Amino acid sequence: MKLTTQTYALLAVMFLISADVWPKSDQVKATLGSAGRATLGVLDWFGGIAEFCARLIKTAVMPPYEGRELVRQMDEVGAKSLPLVALAGAAIGVVLSLHTRDSLTQFGAESMLPTLIILSLVKESGPIITALVVSGRVGAGIGAELGSMRVTEQIDAIEASAVNPYKFLAATRVLACMLMLPLLTIVANFCGIITGWIANAIVEPITLKLFLTQGLKEASFTDLLPSTLKTVVFGFIIGMVGCFQGMRAKGGTAGVGRAATSAVVLSSLFVILADVVLVRLIITFFPQ
Amino acid sequence: MENNNYNPAIRVHSLTKSFGEQRVLDRIDLEVARGETLTVLGRSGTGKSVMLKLLIGLQKPDGGEIEIDGEEITAMHLDDLNRIRKRVGFLFQNAALYDSLTVTENVAFPLRRHTKMTDGERRDRVSELLSRVGMEEAGEKMPADLSGGMKKRVGLARALALDPEIMLLDEPTSGLDPITASEINELIRELQRERNISSIVVTHDMRSVETVADRVAMLNGGSILVEGTLESLKQSGDPLVKKFIQDCREVR
Repeated sequence: MKLTTQTYALLAVMFLISADVWPKSDQVKATLGSAGRATLGVLDWFGGIAEFCARLIKTAVMPPYEGRELVRQMDEVGAKSLPLVALAGAAIGVVLSLHTRDSLTQFGAESMLPTLIILSLVKESGPIITALVVSGRVGAGIGAELGSMRVTEQIDAIEASAVNPYKFLAATRVLACMLMLPLLTIVANFCGIITGWIANAIVEPITLKLFLTQGLKEASFTDLLPSTLKTVVFGFIIGMVGCFQGMRAKGGTAGVGRAATSAVVLSSLFVILADVVLVRLIITFFPQ
Repeated sequence: MENNNYNPAIRVHSLTKSFGEQRVLDRIDLEVARGETLTVLGRSGTGKSVMLKLLIGLQKPDGGEIEIDGEEITAMHLDDLNRIRKRVGFLFQNAALYDSLTVTENVAFPLRRHTKMTDGERRDRVSELLSRVGMEEAGEKMPADLSGGMKKRVGLARALALDPEIMLLDEPTSGLDPITASEINELIRELQRERNISSIVVTHDMRSVETVADRVAMLNGGSILVEGTLESLKQSGDPLVKKFIQDCREVR
C-alpha cells in the first residue's frame, strides 16, 4: 500500500499527540472551529489508544503473569458468549441456505449449494458475525464494568494496592478476547454448517456426509485457517477498545453508559474496517 | 535548630497541583511524624482528597516534593512506588470495594497479591481483620449488600491487610449516622494506638477530629490556612476557621 503525503501528515500528528507534544489546552481548542475541535478530538482519541496499547503490551509481557484472572476472563468472554454465538451462527446457516437456493436453482447450479454455504460461512459470515456478536456482548460488558470501576475509584484502589490495573484488568481482558474469538468462530461456523445442511435437506434430501464432502471439495487451507485466525485481530480490537473506553470513563453513571455505548459502536466499526484490510491481505498473501 | 536525623513518616514540600486553569493545591508544606495523626479539614473542593491521592502516586503533582519514610516518590519508577504503596493503607471516600468480589475476597486481595500465605493462613488473617472491624459475619456478602458504614469497615480492614506503617483515610465517617461514625472514629483511634500507625485523616467531622487527631491542618483556597493542635485551632482568630468550627458544632 502506497502511503500518501496526507497519510504521513496524519501519522505525524497522531505521533505528536501520543507523545504529548501536540498542544491540547482548552485555549487551543477554543480558537478552533467546531470542525477543528472534532478533528482534534478524533486525533486525540487515536493518540490515546495508541499510548494505551503500547502501555498494555509493555506491561503484559513482563512477569508476574495474571493467569488466574486470564482464566476467569476467558470464561467470561468465551463460555458465556457461546450460546449467543452458536445461535447467531445457526441463524446465518439457515439464511444462507434459504437465500442462495433459489438463485442457484435459476442457473441450474443446486449442486454448488453446499460449497457456497460452507465457504461463505467459513471465509466471511462466521468470523464477522462472531466478532459483531462478541463486540456487542463483551465490548459493552468490558466498557461498562471498567467504566463503573473507574468512576467508583475501584481502579484507583487496585493501583493503591500496588497492583498494575493495566496488567490485571486490561491485558487479561484483551488477551482473553484474542484467544476466545477464533474458538467462538469455529463454533459459529459449525452451527451454521449444520443448520445450513438441515435447511437444505428439508427441501432436497441430502446426507450430512455428502453435504460436507461436496462443500469441502473446493475448500483448502487458505480458505479455512487465515479466515479463522483473522478473528484474533478482531478480538484484539474488541478488547482494546472496550478497555480503553472503560478506563477513561468519567462523569458518574452517565459516563459509564457512554463508555459502554462507545465501546460497542467503535469496536464494531473498527472490526468491519479491519476486516476490509485483512481480507485484502489474505487475498494477497494466500492467493487461490 | 533543625535536627538533620529527624525523618518524618510523611513530608510534603511546596506541593502544587492544578486541573486546567484551577489551582487546587498551591505550594503546600506538611509533615507527619511517626505514630502521629494529622487531620486535614476544609470545605469541599479544597483539594483534600487530591492531596491524599498525590501522596501515593495515584496522581502526579505539577510541582513540589513528597517524601514517604524519607524516600522521594514524585519521580519514582512504578516498581519502587509499588514497594512504598504496600506500606501505606488507603481508605477511599466511598470505600471503593471491588464489586465483583465478596467481602472476604476484597480483604484477601492485597494478601493474595503480595504475600506468600497459604490458603489457611490467608483465611485466618482475613477473619482476624474482619473481626477487628466488627464484620466477621459478613464475609460471604457482596459489597452491594452492605450499608455505607459496613463498606467503610470492610475498606478499613482491606487497608490494614498488609500491616501498613502509614494510613491515609479519606472522609472515614462521611455519610454515616452519628453512632456508626463514632464507632469508626474509636476504631481508627484504637488501631493507631495498637500499631503506632502514622496517619492523615481527611474529614469534615469535628467529632472525628476530636477523637483521632494529634494535630489539625485546615486547607483553604489551595493553601494551609492554619495548622496546630485542636486547641490552637479553636483559639484561632481567623474568621474562616471560627466559622468552620461553629458551623460544624451547629450541624452536630
